[in-house]
Amino acid sequence: MAELTHIPTWAECQAQGRLPEVLFWVGCAGSFDDRAKKITKAFAKLLQSSQVSFAVLGAEESCTGDPAKRAGNEFLFQMQALMNIEVLNGYGVGKIVTTCPHCFNTLKNEYPDLGGRYEVMHHTQFLKDLMTSGRLKVEGGHFRGKKITYHDPCYLGRANGEYEAPRVLLSALEMELTEMKRCKSKGLCCGAGGAQMFKEPEKGHKDINIERTEEALSTGSAMIATGCPFCNTMMTDGVKNDPQERSTPVMDIAELIAQAADL
Amino acid sequence: MNSGLIFSQLMFFLLLTAGIGLFAYRIRQLIAMIKLGRPIGHVSDKKQRWANVFRIALGQSKMVKRPVSGLLHVVVYLGFVIINIEVIEIIIDGLFGTHRVFSSIGPVYGVLIGIFEVFALLVLVAVIVFWLRRNVVKIKRFWHPEMQGWPKQDADLILYFEMVLMSLFLVMNATDVVFQQAANGNWVSAHLYPFFASQSPGVLHGIERTAWWLHIGGILVFLNYLYFSKHLHILLAFPNVYFGSVRPKGQLPNLASVTKEVRLMMDPSADPYAAPAEGAEPEKFGASDVTDLTQVQLLNAFTCTECGRCTSECPAHQTGKLLSPRKIMMDTRDRLVALGAQKQSKGPSIPDQKQLLDGYISREELWACTTCNACVEACPVSIDPMSIILSMRQYLVMEQSAAPNELNNTMSNIENNGAPWPFNQQDRGNWINES
Ligand code: SF4
Ligand code: SF4
Repeated sequence: MAELTHIPTWAECQAQGRLPEVLFWVGCAGSFDDRAKKITKAFAKLLQSSQVSFAVLGAEESCTGDPAKRAGNEFLFQMQALMNIEVLNGYGVGKIVTTCPHCFNTLKNEYPDLGGRYEVMHHTQFLKDLMTSGRLKVEGGHFRGKKITYHDPCYLGRANGEYEAPRVLLSALEMELTEMKRCKSKGLCCGAGGAQMFKEPEKGHKDINIERTEEALSTGSAMIATGCPFCNTMMTDGVKNDPQERSTPVMDIAELIAQAADL
Repeated sequence: MNSGLIFSQLMFFLLLTAGIGLFAYRIRQLIAMIKLGRPIGHVSDKKQRWANVFRIALGQSKMVKRPVSGLLHVVVYLGFVIINIEVIEIIIDGLFGTHRVFSSIGPVYGVLIGIFEVFALLVLVAVIVFWLRRNVVKIKRFWHPEMQGWPKQDADLILYFEMVLMSLFLVMNATDVVFQQAANGNWVSAHLYPFFASQSPGVLHGIERTAWWLHIGGILVFLNYLYFSKHLHILLAFPNVYFGSVRPKGQLPNLASVTKEVRLMMDPSADPYAAPAEGAEPEKFGASDVTDLTQVQLLNAFTCTECGRCTSECPAHQTGKLLSPRKIMMDTRDRLVALGAQKQSKGPSIPDQKQLLDGYISREELWACTTCNACVEACPVSIDPMSIILSMRQYLVMEQSAAPNELNNTMSNIENNGAPWPFNQQDRGNWINES
């Protein structure tokens, strides 16, 4: 397994007089959550192996404000947004890629109005482009022929209409994709959005993540793929809850590509 | 000219004027209620909006996402539009004492009427299937708690109305001896004629006239019934789709009033003591009542057909939470109608104890939403129940600091550490050097 080489911050690059091609927006989960950090690293490895010159903001990055906005705290959201925009504009950032659909949505759709205009991509879109332009080789490796199902993150799918990029990558991995009945525009939420991630669910007869995980497991897939650190947590918890299927891995598409390439 | 005819022309004129006049009055009331909401300002993307009207409203593109109910609905919708062309003839006949004034155009008339008759039959069948789906198959989304009482009766009444109107149209044609003998366009009614043929010409004429009057009378009654009914969507779907969002579904508009204050707070050169202009009321953030919602959100509420597609796709609803996006729309409408009625009654105004928040929509419902947009995606007429939920959350959080406790912690973490969890912002890049 290849080790990550040093990942520079934008400030370091600037000090060396270099302008990176793209900013990797890591997000809160990607920075702090142990499971999500693995996704962050897998994606960083893919960027490095594709010779993409990129940087992160490091300690200068702050929450985009998405959970605050969806919880109804527009003040806090706009404060976060304006602070981030100040940093991003200060560095002259033009292109951003992120592994979190919530950051993706907020940066892409809600920042422009506040003065932050960037080309924002979700990492599955970015990886697809790298693959199409030949900079990244995506091959099945030991995943070839394995049965997998894909959970559409709401903020990538319905919110922004991106259903194809993750599926194109999965088919390049030569995996056998079995769709759930509720997929693409009809995909069922994992239960984390709208700041639900940070609170107990309201009273009901089931938790949403259990409902969704059961549907994913019912496809008989050996793995569950997704493209969002929060969906990942929700589905991982859901799998753990199922006495029979406790070991079914929930993987980010970036992790699958990196592992298949033995990175 | 015989006086009976003049009398009936006069009656027709009065009926028509009363029906249309009352309807115009209702529409004005409706507009007045919608105007209780916040104005929306400039409307851009006109081209895209018209395209949506053609695709989603006229083209029913979202209806057919559920093929069975979608196709049946297309039949009823097309039937409704097409058969109403016939109403033009009825009105001319009624006003001028003519009989089937357009029949003189010959075979084309026959083809038109023939098509109307076929559609009338199709609509009748479709409406019966709709009734069976609701009342015999008992499809789940029609039996939720919010559908009890008037909404259920309303839905059935509409179907009965349509059954009766279509039957009257066919009976009217079947008992019109001249029309049957001309055999020009009686494609369906020719098969009904034998049932009536044994009657004397006088009786036939009587039935024909009765059906004719009941048909046009029924249409006028139905027109005025719309105001009290979810059937209002046949008119409002068009403006509603036009004013629906043309942004990506994930994009929530940024509150401009907040931007102003936040910029002031963050600008080191701003005068910290700069007070808002004397007497200016501080703007209310978010919505606790319908008057805090935008006019588009209120238009949404009147357009809702109570089909429940949104609720059946809602993850919160599917897992037994109290939240139902359809109920959010129905509550908004019911509250708006109640408030509108209060404003209309000229008497001493009774102070209003109830508001949308808590009076109609509970906090438990609001906090159960995952903002997944499934309801928005599902709605065939571009209604956005999620936006009302978020407006109300904004009120709860920004005006009342009444978020659930865990969310308060999350928000103070974001404020202090730049992340929803209590990690130090300085450690944000630590993952780089962890193996
Ligand atoms: S956005 Fe909220 S109300 Fe709409 S379907 Fe999702 S959870 Fe339900
Ligand atoms: S909001 Fe739309 S989908 Fe929901 S009940 Fe009303 S019309 Fe149907």
